[in-house]
Amino acid sequence: MSLLVSFLAQQPEPVQKVVDTVTTGEAIAFWVLGPLALAGALGMLFARNAVHSALWLVVTMLSLGVLYMIQQAPFLGFVQIIVYTGAIMMLFLFVLMMVGRDSSDSVVEVIRGQRLAAALLGIGFAVLMVGSVGRALTSVEPRGLAEANTTNGGNVGNIGQKLFTDYLFAFELTSALLITAALGAMILAFVGRDGRPSKKTQKELVEERFQDGKRVGSIPGPGVFATANSVATPALLPDGSVSEESLFEVIEATDKSVLSDDVAEVAGTGHQPDSHALKGSES
Amino acid sequence: MIQHVLAADNGETAKLLADDPIWLVLIKVVGIFAFLVVMTLFMINWERKVVARMQHRPGPNRVGPNGWLQSLADGLKLAFKEDIRPVLADKWVFFLAPVISCIPAFLAFSVIPLAGEVNLFGQQTALQLVDLPVGVLVVLACSSLGVYGIVLSGWASGSPYPLLGALRSAAQVISYEIAMGLSIVAVIMFTGSMSTGDIVNAQAGMVLGGAIPGWFGILLFPSFVIYVVSMVGETNRAPFDLPEAESELVGGFHTEYSSLKFALFFLAEYVNMVTVSALATTLFLGGYRAPWSGEFMNTGWWGLLWFIGKTLFFLFIFIWLRGTLPRLRYDQFMKLGWKVLVPTSLVWIMAVAVIRTGAIQQLSTAQRLIALGVVVGLVLLVSFLLPDKKVQDTKGVPLAGSGFPVPPLDLVVPKAAPKRKVKVANIPKDKAAVTTGKEAE
Repeated sequence: MSLLVSFLAQQPEPVQKVVDTVTTGEAIAFWVLGPLALAGALGMLFARNAVHSALWLVVTMLSLGVLYMIQQAPFLGFVQIIVYTGAIMMLFLFVLMMVGRDSSDSVVEVIRGQRLAAALLGIGFAVLMVGSVGRALTSVEPRGLAEANTTNGGNVGNIGQKLFTDYLFAFELTSALLITAALGAMILAFVGRDGRPSKKTQKELVEERFQDGKRVGSIPGPGVFATANSVATPALLPDGSVSEESLFEVIEATDKSVLSDDVAEVAGTGHQPDSHALKGSES
Repeated sequence: MIQHVLAADNGETAKLLADDPIWLVLIKVVGIFAFLVVMTLFMINWERKVVARMQHRPGPNRVGPNGWLQSLADGLKLAFKEDIRPVLADKWVFFLAPVISCIPAFLAFSVIPLAGEVNLFGQQTALQLVDLPVGVLVVLACSSLGVYGIVLSGWASGSPYPLLGALRSAAQVISYEIAMGLSIVAVIMFTGSMSTGDIVNAQAGMVLGGAIPGWFGILLFPSFVIYVVSMVGETNRAPFDLPEAESELVGGFHTEYSSLKFALFFLAEYVNMVTVSALATTLFLGGYRAPWSGEFMNTGWWGLLWFIGKTLFFLFIFIWLRGTLPRLRYDQFMKLGWKVLVPTSLVWIMAVAVIRTGAIQQLSTAQRLIALGVVVGLVLLVSFLLPDKKVQDTKGVPLAGSGFPVPPLDLVVPKAAPKRKVKVANIPKDKAAVTTGKEAE
């Protein structure tokens, strides 16, 4: 009990850490989030459904974001969540949902030599990764961010300053690349109106209808009466004659025997429902 | 040098919060949760009552005093309803979606300052859970995570209407989040910090000789307007409620949901409304500060009163919009976001950057005037270079100003049909008989 009281009464560590050591909390968070990120990555690879794959990837990205926050980089962590989880994965999901839930991957090789090339590139990438991670584990000296987070405007201010002074060229190049990509995608996806009969706008249709002046209003719909709910029922003009415009071409071309039930229903000569109709049996 | 000007006295709230013991943090967590749930119950009732008043009906007035417990009763009933899962639904995602939409909604409120320095159970602390150096980003991150709930619920339901609602929602939130983020940028530039506590403190002063409060809603009015529009879009509320659109998509993403899962969606929507309103208060209306500087009604627990009052103001606007405006068509909605809000924000941010630089560099009057002249000259140049509006061809049917086709000017109006002659009985008039006496003869 006294342990609980002392736990509740303790003061948490300050938000801006002064020392650059791995605290217990950070270690615990790492051992929770690390396996979670790994599980997300494996889940992404082995999930059958494309949307489930995307969700596993979201788990990995979120874990990475929280890891950044714990490692004294709150700005990077939240930007990771907003940009990668919020925007990029959302676009992925968008496309996957458009494709449809039941579509499965085709295992047919479309481009010749694709698998060989993919395998070679994959192995090369793995070698690069192992090399860089191995180097990071052995020869890179860890440096805390306590100084950068407390002086000269803090975490965000320092990132901004570095970005717009030391790394300005790289930053501008990246933005140029992204804008080019966005413009390219727009041009590729844009379907122009010229070249093929364009779809008329609502306004153009109205003007056209008034210009030839034959029929300004809409064509009469089928005469759906209280006695029939078939679209084959013609509309009647005020004098009681059938309005030719209300007849539907497809139905008019259909053989009469097919429509005999409808005719009988309209005429009131067919089978009439009685109180036993709801039971669905002959009795 | 710039950093000195910007970060003058930032980080005070963070220092105040840094020595909170854990029991106080737990109390604040429970307090915020309770506040949001009570606000949800209150908002549902308030919305129904206000909309009813706008439509000349009484609204809910049966359960509890004046009907104020109606939403509580509805919520309890909802929890005991049958939980239905469609056959085609994706089991796990269908279950996870309401949870995903609910958790970020609550989480976002942790960075909102409800009041300044108060004495809570003998501890001097600020009425705020945490004050991160990137506080505003927390709200944006939470709102971008909350969309997953909507999108996944639509996909997992396995039926067409929810899927359409989910697609709409994904597109809507991505586009309106950009406008929202851009509207916040100007505030961050003026404050020099992303922490919500610092942003409130930066609005403490008065401008124009103490006549009006130095709130960013007044100083950065365009940002304020853009934020308010995009916050309505972000929370899927009328007139931007396209993902739900009950007249087109039945219920949108939550069509297939029932019982507690549906209640969670409901809760998330209202909590989100409270959160974005609270953020609007914090960013643009001076947060927990009174509309005047000085000590009077401006210290300690008074802050909570001001904060809740300002938040309720925004929530009332939500209700007002719902009671007034029809839903936008989807293309109009996208056009508003991408062609109006985003470009306006970009131009406005440029202007703010120029003004800030001028203020920091302490230019002389002559330099400022020259800068102003250059800007005006550029605007004039651009306006002259813009092509004129195309003259419409006169061959078409003339249209009135409203865009409706009107009859041609030389229209010959057909003569009115001859009146049907009704035979009237020839009855002698009494009066005539009295006055003239001729007909009687």
